[in-house]
Amino acid sequence: MAGRRAISALWDLLLQVGFFAAVLRVATPLLLATLGELLCERAGVLNLGIEGIMLLGAMTGFSVAYFTGELWLGILAALLVGALFGLLLGLLTVSLGLSQHVAGLGITMLCTGLSFYAYRLIFGQPGQPPHIEPFQTLPVPGLAELPWLGPVLFDQVPLVYLALLLVPLLAFLLYRTPWGLNLRAVGENPQAAASAGVAVFAMRYQALALGGALMGLAGAYLSLAQFNAFTFGVISGRGWVCIALVVLARWDPWRAAGAALLFGALDALQLRLQSSGAFGLPYPLFLMLPFLATILAMALLARSARAPAALLAPFRREER
Amino acid sequence: MGSGRMIGRRAWLGVLASGLVGMALAGTPASAQDQPLKVAAVFETPIEEPWVNQIHVALQKAKAELGIDYVWSESVTAADFARVLRDYAEQGYGLIMGDSFGTERITRRVAADYPETAFAFGSGIGPAEPNFAVFDNWIHEPAYLAGMLAGKLTKSNTIGAVAAMPIPEVNRLCNAFCAGAKSVNPAAKCKFTFIGSFFDPPKAKEAAIAQIEAGVDVLYAERFGVIEAAKERGVLAIGNMSDQSELAPDAVVTSVVWDMWPTVKQAVSLVKAGVFTAQDLGAFSYMSKGGSFLAPYHAFDGKLPADVKALVEAKRQEIMSGNFRVDVDEGTPQSE
Repeated sequence: MAGRRAISALWDLLLQVGFFAAVLRVATPLLLATLGELLCERAGVLNLGIEGIMLLGAMTGFSVAYFTGELWLGILAALLVGALFGLLLGLLTVSLGLSQHVAGLGITMLCTGLSFYAYRLIFGQPGQPPHIEPFQTLPVPGLAELPWLGPVLFDQVPLVYLALLLVPLLAFLLYRTPWGLNLRAVGENPQAAASAGVAVFAMRYQALALGGALMGLAGAYLSLAQFNAFTFGVISGRGWVCIALVVLARWDPWRAAGAALLFGALDALQLRLQSSGAFGLPYPLFLMLPFLATILAMALLARSARAPAALLAPFRREER
Repeated sequence: MGSGRMIGRRAWLGVLASGLVGMALAGTPASAQDQPLKVAAVFETPIEEPWVNQIHVALQKAKAELGIDYVWSESVTAADFARVLRDYAEQGYGLIMGDSFGTERITRRVAADYPETAFAFGSGIGPAEPNFAVFDNWIHEPAYLAGMLAGKLTKSNTIGAVAAMPIPEVNRLCNAFCAGAKSVNPAAKCKFTFIGSFFDPPKAKEAAIAQIEAGVDVLYAERFGVIEAAKERGVLAIGNMSDQSELAPDAVVTSVVWDMWPTVKQAVSLVKAGVFTAQDLGAFSYMSKGGSFLAPYHAFDGKLPADVKALVEAKRQEIMSGNFRVDVDEGTPQSE
């Protein structure tokens, strides 16, 4: 009986339009940051600065939007600051050839410290965090009225559309343009790419700048669209989740969308399972659901995944 | 080798400490009396975290009204906690306050090394002789009153709470809220969501939206982030920790407020009088001591039905006079 009740409750949840709209909201920052990480890794650099860059993007985007009253200026600032710290990681790992693990974690610590320090300098110690009027949903004319699909896909904030459009765009850039070929080449075999005249350092710097910008944007989504303030728990490990999602996605933009949506769906689902009351399981199980499922999916789907061959390996011009 | 160095350092500290004591004794007693009490606070989280902020606000008030010296450190991780505590104790701070939920053993170990220094910490467990006192947010009484309001205001007979994680101090607020609602509306159903983190506002907001879509029309915002969902979706919310009406004046009916002032005042007075002992200061967070209350209704003052306000006021007076006791239920609440 209890089992039947649980299944019918689950079915009810999965038929709700609100659930699918929530999936996109939860998945968007993960998708943006996963695409950013994917670009870096495709060029051969693991970017463990992701968690910190997202936080700094959230802080910078919020501060700029707060003082200018212009949300899109906040987005621009988050993109720029993300790109800047992507380039800094490039200086450490590409030009200096340092350990990508150590340099990346260093960037996360630096960005985390900088975010809180700058926030204190700018806003002092407010009892209630200052807030802004966040991005509102922008219904797509004509499409938003469609039954079911309308409220799920076409009545979201602009950044959700942007994240979804970035998937085909990045796939096109990576697989259909000379730039994408070069980027993949420096991540697979930089020596061969260099022999063919590809500027390895320049390609890696470009990937890190673009990837960092997307991570900054992911952070700004959280403080400017998903929420209306910058708070210190605003990223809460979402960056680290994206590192796993890149592996689950097997370094492919289309699969990255699938991975981010899967994680978003399970997170949105577990929140609904908790409050439905039909399941009677301990809370930690619900909270674990997205993580457990990701691990399971990685074990089943990503076993044959092959990382870019030159990932983690610094390229030194004089060594052949 | 290592232990030898340890002993060396201990001995050196001992010499230093006795030197300081000697200097203190050499000074005239009158000048020692005139020195303001030095109070330090050590917090695990940044100062905006609502729990910690209530302690901070009360200590700032104490600085203004009781003439104490007050300094504080925020975002002190467990790895640094002992070092920061020792720094303040060595610098001669008379009273050290803070939250120790993540560092229960560490704070007690440091306190035992400085028996002359008073420690008063937010804690889920008990005090420790001779100098480690504890307090906690015993605000289940106003949470019960807020639940009565919610039970009367809900049209769907479904109310909800979005909370951090199922730990005793969180559970007792959620349970009191639900019990209050059921006391005035037996048909009311309570839903609970735990976000698994103390501070992840985007997730708390998403959890609140999930509850609203499941029919909840009055939300208890145990965590930060819930009120934004209520504002966006046009349902009612009840704030927690401080008066959060200004976040959304049209959505926040009232707030369950924790006022640390009576606790801080008591701790400072005891230290100043030289009679501070290891004790549970928890009672100073109860309504009758002024340590917690239901915030003013603000914009809702004119909108709430008079009989509902009278009902809540009558129960408030019963609690204040000791004629009604809100049960402390720290079991994990289950959604209905």
